[in-house]
Parts: sequence; C-alpha cells; structure tokens
Amino acid sequence: MKKETPMHQRTRTGTVALLASSLLIGTLAACSTGDDTAAGGADAAACEPSEGTVELSFTSWIPGIETAVETWNEANPDIQVTVQTGPNGNSGTYQNFFNQLEAGNAPDLGQIEYDALPNFRVQDGLEDLSACADVVAAQEQFVDWTWGQVTLGDEESVWAVPQDAGPMALFYRADLFEENGIEVPTTWEEYQAAAEQIRELDGYITNFSQSDVNQFAGFVWQAGGQWFANDADGWSVTLADDASTQVADYWQGLMSDDLVATYPAWTPEWDNAYNSGEVWTWVSAVWGANSIASGAPDTAGKWAVAPMPQWEDGGTAAGNWGGSSTAVFKGTEHLYEATKFALWLNTSEEALTILNEEANIYPATTAGLELPVLKEGVEFYGGQAIYDVFAEASAQVNPDFVWGPTMTQVYTDVSDGFKEAATGQGTLLDALEAAQSSTVEALEAQAIPVKQ
Amino acid sequence: MTTLQARPARSAAAASAPGRSVRTPVVPRIAAMTVMVVFTGYFLFPLWWLLVASSKTRGDVLGTNPLWFADLHLVDNVRDVLTYRDGLFGQWMGNSLLYAGVGAAVATLLASMCGYALAKYQFRGREALFNVVLGGVLVPATALALPLFLIFSAVDLTDTYWSVLLPSIVSPFGVYLSRIYAAASVPDELIEAARLDGAGEIRTFFGVSVRLMVPALVTVYLFQFVAIWNNFFLPLIMLRDERKFPVTFGLYTWNSQVNQIPELNTFVLVGALLSIIPLVVAFLALQRFWRGGLGAGSVK
Repeated sequence: MKKETPMHQRTRTGTVALLASSLLIGTLAACSTGDDTAAGGADAAACEPSEGTVELSFTSWIPGIETAVETWNEANPDIQVTVQTGPNGNSGTYQNFFNQLEAGNAPDLGQIEYDALPNFRVQDGLEDLSACADVVAAQEQFVDWTWGQVTLGDEESVWAVPQDAGPMALFYRADLFEENGIEVPTTWEEYQAAAEQIRELDGYITNFSQSDVNQFAGFVWQAGGQWFANDADGWSVTLADDASTQVADYWQGLMSDDLVATYPAWTPEWDNAYNSGEVWTWVSAVWGANSIASGAPDTAGKWAVAPMPQWEDGGTAAGNWGGSSTAVFKGTEHLYEATKFALWLNTSEEALTILNEEANIYPATTAGLELPVLKEGVEFYGGQAIYDVFAEASAQVNPDFVWGPTMTQVYTDVSDGFKEAATGQGTLLDALEAAQSSTVEALEAQAIPVKQ
Repeated sequence: MTTLQARPARSAAAASAPGRSVRTPVVPRIAAMTVMVVFTGYFLFPLWWLLVASSKTRGDVLGTNPLWFADLHLVDNVRDVLTYRDGLFGQWMGNSLLYAGVGAAVATLLASMCGYALAKYQFRGREALFNVVLGGVLVPATALALPLFLIFSAVDLTDTYWSVLLPSIVSPFGVYLSRIYAAASVPDELIEAARLDGAGEIRTFFGVSVRLMVPALVTVYLFQFVAIWNNFFLPLIMLRDERKFPVTFGLYTWNSQVNQIPELNTFVLVGALLSIIPLVVAFLALQRFWRGGLGAGSVK
C-alpha cells in the first residue's frame, strides 16, 4: 500500500528538480501575501462564482465515490462533477497528479492523504482555499487536529478540505484476555507486562510491522513527537526527538525479547496470525476495524476496542494513522465551485453517510462523528458501539503534528532500517537516526531550505 | 502457388521436431526429462495456486491448504467478479482485447510494410533509417511513457482510447524481424514476376509477399499482443476513466484498494485468472506459426 517502485521515485526526483525553482517563487509569494490586504482582496476575487454551467473534474480512488458524486450532480445542475480514478495515492495517482500539473491539465479537485499534502504544497501544486469565505468559515465544523493537517502549520492558509481521519485505539481479543485472567492494558507499561504473560501462553500480544512506518508515526504522534516543523526560515527535521526515541526504545525492547510477532502487514500470514488467535491485539486506526473483520473472519464476536495504552497513568492522548483530504489543484478556473463541492462532499450528512457505507470512510467533521451509522453496535465486536471509542480518540489527537514534504523517501528509509532491526542488525532508533540524515539530504537536494 | 510456398516452411518445422532423427541414450534422456519436469512444475506452480485460490471463498483462501481445493466456489466467484460494479471487469477485458488485438494488428501491418520496404527496395539512407529503427528496440517503452504523456496532453488526447492505441502500434522489433524475414523468404525473382504480370507495388506486397511472410507476421503479432496486454505503465499514466482501463491496470487499481474494500482480494485473484485466458488462447492458436517463424533461415 505504501510501496513505490524505484521507477516512480526516480521520475518524481526528476519532477522535483524541475519544480525546485517554482518552490522558491511559491514560498516568496506566500510570504508576501501574508498580511497584505490588497493581495488578499485579489485572492478573494479569484473565489467568485463562474457564469453558466460549470464542469469540474475530480480524481479520487475511494471505491463508490461515484454514488456520492451522482447525488451531487442531481442536486446541482449548474455544477457538474465528473469522477476520474486510479490506484491509491502512493501506488501511482500522486505521480499522475505531478505529471498532470507539469502538463497543465490537472483535474480541478483531487484526493490527497494528509502526509502527502506538504509535498504538493512545496511543489506549488495547490490553490490556497483561504480565499473562499465558505472554507474559512467551515473550520469550526472540523475536528481540530484535522484542520491542522490542511493548514500545514500556517494559520493564514488552507490547502485542502479534510475528508477522513484515522484516530487510533486498541483492538483486543476480549475472550482471550478474560479466559486467561489478564487485565486489558491501559498504559504501555501494562501492555508490556501483558505481552510477557501472553508470550508464556504461546501467543503474541501484537504484530510490529516493519514496513508500516505510518503505524509507528501514529505512536510517535501520540507520545507528543514532532517529526517536522515549518516556518519562514525553512523546515526542521527531528525524526529522532525525545518522544520518537522513547517509542523506538519501547518497541525495540518488545522485539528483542520476542514479545511481538513481526509478520509483514496485510499479508496472508498476517491475517492468519490474527485469525488463528496467535496475535491478541492491534493498536490501529478506526479503519482497522474492517481489516480485522475481513482478515480474521473466524474470530467474529470475540474482539473489543479500548482506548490506546498511555505513556502516563490516566493520560488521554491518541495517535492518528491515515486520513485524507480533498484539495483543489493549481490552475483551476472554478475555485468557488470546486470548494463548494469539496465542502459538500466532506461536511454534508448525505455525502458522509454514502462515503461511510461505500468505503468505510471515517469523517473528519465533529458532526460526522455523530452519524447514526457510527452509533450502532458492531456485530463483529460483540455488539460494542466501537465508534464511540474512536470519536473520543479523535478529540485527543495532538493537533500540531506536521508531515514533511518528502514522506515517500522518509517511509522508505525508515522501513529499510526497521527491516534490518527486525533481523537483529541495528535498532529501531538507529533506523530513525539514519533516516534523519538522509531526509535532510533529500530536502537539501531539492533546494528546500532546512534548519539544522 | 503462394499456398504451396507457405507449406514447406511448416513441414520443415515438423521434420526438425525432436525425437525424429536423433536418438539419445537412456540415462541422459531421463536426466533431461527430470529437469524439464521440474521446470515445468516450477512454471505451472503459480498458475495452479491461482486456480485453486480462485475457487475458494475469502475465508478459505487463508484457512485451508493453499495447494488443494476446499469448497468449490469458482462459478460463484466468477459471477461476482463479472457483475461487480455493472460489469466493470468485462469492460476491462474488452478494452484489453481492443488495445492488444487492434493495436497488435495495426502494428504488425505497419512493421511488415516497413520491414519489407527496407529489405526489398534500394533507396538512399536505407541503412541509416534501419539503424534508427533498430535503436528503437533498445529504448524501453516505460521510458517513453512520460514524454508521450506530455505530448498527448499538448494535443488534448490523454484519457482517450487513442492515447493507449497510438503508441501501441509502434513496433521497432517487428520492423527488424520483418526485414530479416522478408530478405530471407521473399525471392526477388517472385517480385519481378509479379511486376511483369502487371501487378502494382501494393498488390505485389499484399498478394505475394505478405503470404510468404506469414510466420514472421504471426510472430510479430504475438509479441506485440503480449507486450500491449502486459503494458501497465502507459495506461497508468494516460487513463483516468476506469471504463477505459485495460484489465492489468484495472486489477492493479483494485489491488491497491483492498484496504478499503476487502472483498476485492478475491476479485483480484479471480480476475487475474480470467485475464490470462486470452493470452493462453492466443499462444495455443498461434504457436505453430510462431515456431515456424523462429526456425526459418537457421538451416540454409
């Protein structure tokens, strides 16, 4: 899912080199329009309704998105949207976006995951939606941290409309914990103690996936880590900050003591480990509910969901894994209509219900978390109303976590190191430290200013 | 007359088939057979797995012996794939047949005409032209996809059937093969005779030369058909409307969405099985011509 072929990376590096100069121009432009009311007025003029019927193109890989768009088209004869599709972002669609931007025929709107937004921003591929009053006014409808994901740390700008979120919680085998008299862990310390007990019963408490750096990032996010920060002076990179070190040491300990399994995620072995009861818990995002239900069908009714373990007793911090947004690409002629559609798609109960039914999208709006379908008990989880736990977690996600502009490279570098750690060469922390320096190099190679 | 000419090529291939003329001692023969059986098994193994996995329900794919059947659901699975999202899969198969079938036919026609011209006509710059075409063999299609996208964008042709068809009708390898084959199998005397009988150049080509070149044309067609069928990067870059996707790219798209829609797991497996059927059919139907083509000119 997060893999890219070397080919893609190479072409992307090429694109990046070509666009390196436009980055500087983009940054300068962003600085100069910051407090300038005259420029702000010019921007506002760009967000005016167009005359006549408007046709918009929208690229998304969400299965069933057509159903939502048809609903929109029926209700809005003046703004007709056509859906274009492709593989999920990192599997090719992002690269296509960059190609289309370069060729000057990008769609009006596109789906972009939060961790890829800075890349598009840095390459000047996005329209600033803060020119549209409706978008700015919509901020209060969204869960705080999801809004933070689309402003990219700059309060003045809005680079996309949040779509969905991936707040994390603890999925666990309620039946096994109960049968063996093990307490459901509420702190990471208890989690480790439970891991030892479970290991004696020949099981593993969880699977630590070396290839899914996103899950690890979710742990770091919960622990208060900050991998990237961005201000006028440039980007700072702190992949091995205190929180990250703490998380890396913790999982390294579990791995070295053989307390966690290390199957590659999303493979048949992985499914099987859950299906057979070898692995007992998974700290995962809200969409993981579906992964377990489909990957481990024999365990139906035996699972439950609890808040994710905390670093401090009584703490209330949650991590996030995944989530995406609807962005408007540079060069659209219909900014106003595009944002109108994006807001409808991601805030109306009608659209959110469709997206949830068709593709298990977990909404980014506060009202969306109260959708009737998300209040029901889920059979696979013994009838527990599991989404209540995630709604609570969503409110506990640190709003300040920022992604860097070269996440594909970061993921590759970190997971290379993680795989070595899994085979006993080096540690997770070594991997982070190595990725720290390679990331700084990658940024500098693309002429993105870095603060040392 | 022309049919008489085509036949010897085929029977020559039959005569050189193994076992007819040369008898090898028993031990090496057993050794050779063993190696072949092992490798045949090795190559058929993934196909077998695919067939078995396609016949299972989602739960059984994980839970049961991967190399043997559980409850048979092949028919149900196939029906599910074919009806999912208004028969999208069928549309993809049709698209692939269009891209590969028509693309390879036009490519073969163009390549044979070009190769024939290079073999049979004397003109200035002939070798230079041929060398340029030959250079084209060395450029991987993948490397051309991005420049092609930029060009097609400039003329507003992206996301159309043409954007995949047009690049597919270029086959430098086909030109190369056609030239070699035309030089070897179309006698100059025959062309002279046709001209004396009053045939124009076009009539000579289609009436006489093409019939002599059939084995080469089948080879070119088969190569190009497989190349287009398997071409993945070009559709990935060019196409946005899923109704225009070829089957390989469509399955890849489904596979990348498995996290959101887990049922797609089974659909990808069954779809992969169905998608290889046309290739198998094409090979079985055309391979005897192909064998004839490859052997031609080797004993002369």
